[in-house]
Amino acid sequence: MGSTQLPPGTEESLAATTALAAAPSEPTEMVQLLGPDGTLGSDPVFSDYAKRIDPEKLRVFYADMARIRRFDQESTALQRQGELALWVPLTGQEAAQIGSGHASQPQDYIFPTYREHGVALVRNVDLAELLKQFRGVSNGGWDPRENNFHLYTLVLAAQTLHAVGYAMGIQRDQKSAGATDSTDPKAAVIAYFGDGASSEGDVHESMVFAASYNAPVVFFCQNNHWAISVPTEVQTKVPLANRAKGYGFPGIRVDGNDVIAVHAVTEWALEHAREGRGPVLIEAYTYRVGAHTTADDPTKYRESAEEAAWREKDPLDRLEKYLRAEGLADEAFFDQVKADGDELAKYVRSTTHGLEVPDIREAFASVYAEQHPLIAEELAWFEEYSAGFESDQEASN
Amino acid sequence: MATMTIAKAINEGLRATLAGNPKSLLMGEDIGHLGGVYRVTDGLIKEFGDDRVLDTPLAESGIVGTAIGLALRGYSPVCEIQFDGFVYPAFNQITTQLAKIHARSLGKLTVPVVIRIPYGGGIGSIEHHSESPEALFAHTAGLRIITPSNAHDAYWMIQKAVECQDPVIFFEPKRRYWLKGEVDVENPGLSEDPFKAHVVREGTDATIVAYGPLVPVALAAANAATEDGRSIEVIDLRSISPVDFDTVEASVKKTGRLIVAHEAPTFGGIGGEIAARISERAFLHLEAPVIRVGGFHMPYPVAKVEEDYLPDIDKILEALDRSLAY
Repeated sequence: MGSTQLPPGTEESLAATTALAAAPSEPTEMVQLLGPDGTLGSDPVFSDYAKRIDPEKLRVFYADMARIRRFDQESTALQRQGELALWVPLTGQEAAQIGSGHASQPQDYIFPTYREHGVALVRNVDLAELLKQFRGVSNGGWDPRENNFHLYTLVLAAQTLHAVGYAMGIQRDQKSAGATDSTDPKAAVIAYFGDGASSEGDVHESMVFAASYNAPVVFFCQNNHWAISVPTEVQTKVPLANRAKGYGFPGIRVDGNDVIAVHAVTEWALEHAREGRGPVLIEAYTYRVGAHTTADDPTKYRESAEEAAWREKDPLDRLEKYLRAEGLADEAFFDQVKADGDELAKYVRSTTHGLEVPDIREAFASVYAEQHPLIAEELAWFEEYSAGFESDQEASN
Repeated sequence: MATMTIAKAINEGLRATLAGNPKSLLMGEDIGHLGGVYRVTDGLIKEFGDDRVLDTPLAESGIVGTAIGLALRGYSPVCEIQFDGFVYPAFNQITTQLAKIHARSLGKLTVPVVIRIPYGGGIGSIEHHSESPEALFAHTAGLRIITPSNAHDAYWMIQKAVECQDPVIFFEPKRRYWLKGEVDVENPGLSEDPFKAHVVREGTDATIVAYGPLVPVALAAANAATEDGRSIEVIDLRSISPVDFDTVEASVKKTGRLIVAHEAPTFGGIGGEIAARISERAFLHLEAPVIRVGGFHMPYPVAKVEEDYLPDIDKILEALDRSLAY
């Protein structure tokens, strides 16, 4: 190909593209404040946000991360014992979830995937209710309006569009509230998704809509490196955070195992969105230490050395080191955290055993909001059919 | 009483909705300044502004997905899908999300989204612009599907669709957009309930069930049959999900013969469902098998041969002859 036939600059850009393709996982700039060794670094923008986190808040972060890890272990055990149909472990991603969850305000609305147990904890969702879906007694389990924490969405990325639409609703509400001098606090939305879901068309469309309407939404992507068995490199040739540039809003990669940085970056992003400055994409760079679900076997597709390397970057260990080194938490604190975790595990275990199996009439009653003749007809048939068994039983008694 | 086209009636119905319900809004491709490719939303952006009438990015899943989010925040979005054949990118959002949110939240969340889809053939258009995909949605619990065949129904049914707390797919018979009719904007009358079928012509020898674009065809066939001394009843189904089987059953118990006509392919279609239900409910009243008149099992054919594909007066008369001769 003769260079004279190409527009000016094309060769350089082609060369750059080729270089990028050759080094797909080349790390981009990543915001990190608390390193794996437990020492606190600094960042020109986000250190100011980190300074807002007082020692008590740090202890809460640690306690929540430890509790949700303990809950994760217990839920995995419950699945192994046949009490749950499936479990979706979060171990390794505690900082990404606890840090971002704590950055949200009560008026913000959260759209999770199906792995945001840590965010659910922060939003005060009853974790026993969260297990209903995995025990097969509910397809939801909690009232999303109580904690502004939406039901889990299992169809990858579908919720990212719901998040943008919800944010568009907030915009309209705030506009009419502005007209009436309402003192309601400004709100934003967080849309959680993963590196696998980032390939879904709905993520693209949600970012297009969010950008076009300047919607107050924070896209929070947990890049945990594995979409079941497929590594991030197959989903993307550039750092996921960089994709935001193509949509025209900020994208930030943050160390997803650094709860301080995650909190700082998310708080900044939510303020940005609430103030009407538009969407933000956060890529929390983390690692799914365990399996995708309890039905998965990571030994089939990845090296244990990789898992070991990420264990060195464990989110709990580094915060524990920092708290101890700074004298912000003593042995009694860590003992109490452990005891609280065991208490939570005991609670969910006992509650899970007691979770009521619903009547299928509940399903008939909830298909439609308004009266529906086919539902009524099929329910009537089912009642008659069921009554037939009861009278058979009476006859044989 | 005012005389207007079906397109204008939907436009006026949407205007009344936007004026009466501050939480309602319209969204779709080219629906704002252009007024929609069929001008159904003509003038509404000027009257209600671009917060209420949104020209969206060109992405159907995005339109329906963000409409779901708006509904979760308390809004009543009315989406336009530009053509029947372009709804499929939104199929996932409609069937896995919109249809199920009320059920999976055990009724705690409602998503009163309306999806308007111009559908059907007979306009000599190119590929993907003439389809009738209603059966694909009728099979999904949680959705309601309605379709008007005249201007008065169009005016009222679109408003009732927005009022309904369930998601509603509103199929608009695009080749009848310019069909004029009397609209009583004061009184819905029989249009009050959009989920009831209407007997639009009474008769005693056989019943034809049709909906949307084929209602005028069914009426013309019934009129032609009078030349042979036949008295034919015609039912405008209006609602495809739920189907008002009671009205169809009552008619069949009177006439003993049933023809179901729709543009969609007969295989796996609404006609098959009606035939099955009526055979369960009125078997001993039937003098002949239920006969379906509909599209063939093929992708919608090229425009130059669509007349051979579409149900018309002659095809319905042929079905009537078979039924009456049985």
